[in-house]
Amino acid sequence: MAPVSTERDLRLDLFRGLALWLIFLDHIPSNAVSWITIRNYGFSDATEIFVFISGYTAAFVYGRAMRQHGFVVASARVLKRAWQIYVAHVFLLAIYLAEIAYVANSFDNPLFTEEMGVLDFLKNPDVTILQALLLKFKPVNMDILPLYILLLAWFPPMLWLLLRAPSIALLSSATLYALMWLFEWNIPAYPSGVWVFNPFAWQLLFVFGAWCALGGAQNLSRWLHSKVVVGLAIAYLVFAFAIAMTWYFPRLAAFVPKFVGEAIYPIDKTNLDVLRIMHFLALAVITVVFVPRDWPALKSWIFWPAIVCGQHSLETFCLGVFLSFAGHFVFTEVSNRVFTQIIVSFLGIAIMVAVAALISWYRQAERQGGGPRPPAARPGYAGGDA
Amino acid sequence: MRRLLLLALLMLGSGPTWAEQPAECQVAENLIESNFRLPQVTRALKAKHLTVLVVGAGSSQLPGSNGTASGNAYPARLQHALAQQLPGVDVKLTTDIKARRTAAEMVKGLPAALSAAKPQLLVWQTGTVDAMLSVDPDQFSQALDKGINIAHSAGADVVLINAQYSPRTESMIALGTYAEDMRWVALQHEVPLFDRFSIMKLWGELGTFDLYSATKKLDIAEHVHDCIGRLLADLVIAAAKPEEPPVNGSR
Repeated sequence: MAPVSTERDLRLDLFRGLALWLIFLDHIPSNAVSWITIRNYGFSDATEIFVFISGYTAAFVYGRAMRQHGFVVASARVLKRAWQIYVAHVFLLAIYLAEIAYVANSFDNPLFTEEMGVLDFLKNPDVTILQALLLKFKPVNMDILPLYILLLAWFPPMLWLLLRAPSIALLSSATLYALMWLFEWNIPAYPSGVWVFNPFAWQLLFVFGAWCALGGAQNLSRWLHSKVVVGLAIAYLVFAFAIAMTWYFPRLAAFVPKFVGEAIYPIDKTNLDVLRIMHFLALAVITVVFVPRDWPALKSWIFWPAIVCGQHSLETFCLGVFLSFAGHFVFTEVSNRVFTQIIVSFLGIAIMVAVAALISWYRQAERQGGGPRPPAARPGYAGGDA
Repeated sequence: MRRLLLLALLMLGSGPTWAEQPAECQVAENLIESNFRLPQVTRALKAKHLTVLVVGAGSSQLPGSNGTASGNAYPARLQHALAQQLPGVDVKLTTDIKARRTAAEMVKGLPAALSAAKPQLLVWQTGTVDAMLSVDPDQFSQALDKGINIAHSAGADVVLINAQYSPRTESMIALGTYAEDMRWVALQHEVPLFDRFSIMKLWGELGTFDLYSATKKLDIAEHVHDCIGRLLADLVIAAAKPEEPPVNGSR
């Protein structure tokens, strides 16, 4: 173990790992197992957890780099990371194109003539692939990585500000979020519409995560443990749960007063609705209060599978997207019985854990072996990625 | 689990259900119940003349064996089912159906279609093409708003139909937001929504219809459209004649 990894808050890895599992489960269409994921029981989902923790770890890793080596070196590392994620995104895109090209050639049910039109872009790949490389054309469920790339590309100046005036940085991020709502800012997408995850909105959670990593969490801890805050968080989670139940049992919707419905709907994921932020914050408060940082169970084998996935989040995320394609393919070609869905879900998670463990082992071996490229063992990278 | 839940709902809901419905069309009643009424249709039924206009895109038609549009798509089946269940009522049905149209594109043709047909009921199927082109959800909602308002001011009630459940293309078309928007707009305007997506999904889960099938034949497609037409007729009649059977047994 590198000395730095003991400083790392294992809870971050744990919850990022869990978020990656949930994202995988949610990304397999018609998956019965996705019934268990948190998006069904409240307003926010795994995306919020992932973006917040990504901001936290980015500040944790690159903040130290910026303090020790200066703005230019740290920025270069952040941009290198953004580039890696871009390459990963393009790799996933190639797999996606292979999948849909297969479907286009093998499926011709007259019931779905209209839906098959979605494959028409295969007829002019020149435009489509170019738009995909520009991050304007993004297939379904491939929206998080482009968001992450953009957030990182814009992160160096924000990190600089966060290190000097954290409150001003957080305030400017919140201002950007407010301006986004006011002027309806978003980035155009191809062939039409806008980015599914509006970067002007989601940057707030990323910056808030970074702000927490750079000392904000300590300032907040006094408030976090107050009974009032915990009570409010629990009340809000119960409220969100009750509302979520009306989505599945329409008859319950009659119990929701009209003004409540008008106030809360639609709950906008693209622009990161305030209700979603509040739900995430409530979950975070409960988590921080009931799962202390030095909780011994964090070191036990029970949580190891999720933690190891969280420590190699980019690889695990990409693998999860690939596996969700593969899982959907199994449902289509082999069987879509509930039993198959359960097997596919658990097998997918097992593969994610196995690969993350392999990467972990390889990194450690590389570090200890003192191979030809010792810089890989730079402490900034130890124990996980940003 | 969700499937078990739906099965349970199906059993709970299978009290006094509509007699002439083929068993395969049956779905959980909560999928086709609506809290909203269709006053213009109620009036039209009393006057014994009902005119329906179906506006839709590609999933409202079926290719016929001779290359033209088939008469077995759900609009024709709806007319058939309505005529059967409403003896003595003259049921007329006209359509404005063209593949690949977004909600906004359909709204453009709506005033002309409404003034030509003068319907008491507009059945509006939309959402698939908007999702395929990932149209800005706000613009989609606005188009729905506008269409419903145009129909209401032309004296027609509205029933919305959402996208089909198409398991093979599920990883390519994100229907979620658009389905949610339709549900929300329907609630706001107090207009019934025919939840074709959930109904077809339930059929897929129960094995009623094999929606994964790579068949090129029309039989499954025609069966699905026939059931949709029948269920749609049930929804329309229940919303227009709330005081008469068929009524929901569990209320």
